[in-house]
Amino acid sequence: MTPALFALNGVTKRYAGRPALGPLTLGVPAGQTTVLIGPSGCGKSTLLRLLIGLVEPDAGTVAFDGTVVGPATARAVRLRTGYVIQDGGLFPHLTARGNVTLMAHHLGWDVARVTARVRELADLTRFPTDGLDRLPHHLSGGQRQRVGLMRALMLDPDALLLDEPLGALDPLVRADLQTELRDIFRALGKTVVLVTHDLGEAAFFADRVVLLKDGRVVQDGSPAALWHRPADPFVTRFVQAQRGPQIPAEAP
Amino acid sequence: MTRPAIVAVVVASLAGCSPERPVAVGAKKFTESVILAELGARLAAGPGVTARRDDLGGTPALWLALTQGDIDAYPEYTGTITRQILQADPPDLAAALAAHGVRISKPLGFRNNYALGMRKDTAAAKGVRAISDLRRHPDLKLGFIHEFLDRPDGWPGVKRHYALPHANVQGMNHTLAYRSLVEGAIDVTEVYTTDGEIAQYDLLVLADDLDFFPAYEAVWLYRADLETRHPEVVARLRRLEGKISEEAMQTMNAEVQAKKADEGRVAGEFLFRELGVETAPAGPGLAARVLETTVEHLLLVVPSLAVAILVGVPLGVLAARRPRLGRVVLATTGVIQTIPSLALLLFMIPVMMWLVGQGTGAPPAVAALFLYSLLPIVRNTHTGLTGIAGSLRESAEALGLPGWAVLWRVELPLAAPTILAGVRTAAVINVGAATLGGFIGAGGYGEPILRGLDKFDIPLMLEGAIPAAVMALAAESVFGLTGRGFARRG
Repeated sequence: MTPALFALNGVTKRYAGRPALGPLTLGVPAGQTTVLIGPSGCGKSTLLRLLIGLVEPDAGTVAFDGTVVGPATARAVRLRTGYVIQDGGLFPHLTARGNVTLMAHHLGWDVARVTARVRELADLTRFPTDGLDRLPHHLSGGQRQRVGLMRALMLDPDALLLDEPLGALDPLVRADLQTELRDIFRALGKTVVLVTHDLGEAAFFADRVVLLKDGRVVQDGSPAALWHRPADPFVTRFVQAQRGPQIPAEAP
Repeated sequence: MTRPAIVAVVVASLAGCSPERPVAVGAKKFTESVILAELGARLAAGPGVTARRDDLGGTPALWLALTQGDIDAYPEYTGTITRQILQADPPDLAAALAAHGVRISKPLGFRNNYALGMRKDTAAAKGVRAISDLRRHPDLKLGFIHEFLDRPDGWPGVKRHYALPHANVQGMNHTLAYRSLVEGAIDVTEVYTTDGEIAQYDLLVLADDLDFFPAYEAVWLYRADLETRHPEVVARLRRLEGKISEEAMQTMNAEVQAKKADEGRVAGEFLFRELGVETAPAGPGLAARVLETTVEHLLLVVPSLAVAILVGVPLGVLAARRPRLGRVVLATTGVIQTIPSLALLLFMIPVMMWLVGQGTGAPPAVAALFLYSLLPIVRNTHTGLTGIAGSLRESAEALGLPGWAVLWRVELPLAAPTILAGVRTAAVINVGAATLGGFIGAGGYGEPILRGLDKFDIPLMLEGAIPAAVMALAAESVFGLTGRGFARRG
């Protein structure tokens, strides 16, 4: 097995006294796509936030590349990690280019380097060049998501975290973007952690699926194992709940 | 404006001093005092000496300003000195004043005694000729200026001395009291015996049959150190001793009060006629006056607003970051806003006296306006920051931006339209409230408004009111346009 880039060890998190996650011990292997899946409120988004220190655990430790993630180290971890949320989480006062280059400017990259990197990313994500100088609300949902991805990839991070990245898109755009995203993940070979509640999407992306329920791991393995070797009745119910369209027979 | 420039303006306006300070002649807020101060300021100016008139309010404010050195001289009345200022009748008035570092000139010539006045027809109908006759008519309505209501040589003294029974007594502005008397809204008011209105409205001055009112001879009070700093100014002021007759004063009062003549022109003509002294012709023309008050007004508004932004935005950020502290900050600025603006202005006089050693003029006005402008800026900064979606702040943090950069690059730009709306509100409040600076000699549009109220001179009031409204609208649209620019981008 490849070494874990992220490692959670005995992590628990409570919100307003109620347990939200854990105790949880989990490794995220480098260079693979791990999908966190589960019903709403299962703790999958909290887990993602824990990885880059947006949320601090009440007990246990989170480590990135061997370093414990805490207030002192979180910034360094974030610079090596891209983070994409639903609808891109774009800053409405900045153009697409402004969003993508914000951090590079902050770090003092020179103009030529920034320009070259933006062109490279626009090619990779197939984002139209004339859209770069538009504000987010003048872009389509799919374009916003591409900008969010470009922003996350700008510093060429080791890992990419995505929280329901395609949740706000209509089915056709979503299907196209899923294909493109998977191609990008494969081309870049980065460590990817993706959160979704859609089993089809999970199976499409995942090298490995982690199914969560009430803040605990119910099953951790290949997508196929969820169908063929469910760990408990909840997994079976969860798998069966995701149904495809049922087409009634045509009247004669 | 660049930041150093703003700081320079603030420091200059707070310090309020130039290398060679002009000689300041104070005036109380009524026509005769203004004319006398104008005479004084015109006489005081000479080679190497500039002089100006400061309209400051009532006797306590003038006395304080004189003893603290904000003004160098002002016209006063002997009766006021003994009854109100010293509250004693010392055998040697000059020695008693010298103990306060103040000198007194010889009488200027006329007396301006307090007296009570009525319409002749009302007085005839009631059979009133002297103050003691009022005792038989407890139903008469009395109206006095606030100062007269408080002074021991005013209404409280008269009431006790004559055992007057009247309970229906209102406080009002001097000019308003005359108009109320003429229109029959009140029956008795206090008059100064040199008032132009006595002749203008043909009023009856009630005889002081039990000899309550002392003599009020006009004199100069000036600082003892003026004699060492500018002996020639003292000599020039004292040229008026014995030169102003009662009729001359009444005529000048009537010219300004009834005919709305400019007090500077009236004073200049008198000096030429009586002393052969030629001073600057009339005052400056309308355009020059408006320009001058506009500059003065801007010197109140711009520094106070600039400091309010520099302090208010960080306070708003603090309030948004620390909710518990934020409640205290918002409540405090809210309480300041509920203080009546005039009260806040007067409260700033001792505070600024203590802080920068100048209790009149621009510093207390700028300080009060600064406090008054805080709330909209603090509240809108707080609202703008707390209204930002949590996902955006999280996205900024997830990028790896440090806390201050999240604030500077993401949160403040997102909150900018709301903050600007707060600044706009503050600017409009500020421009309006700055007119109250006229009460404490801070200049600006309040000056003509208050002089106009005193003289009941509507064009003069509008000379301050219209530019003030224009400036408020200008501030509104400048910040409105900037705000819309932000909104379009965001």
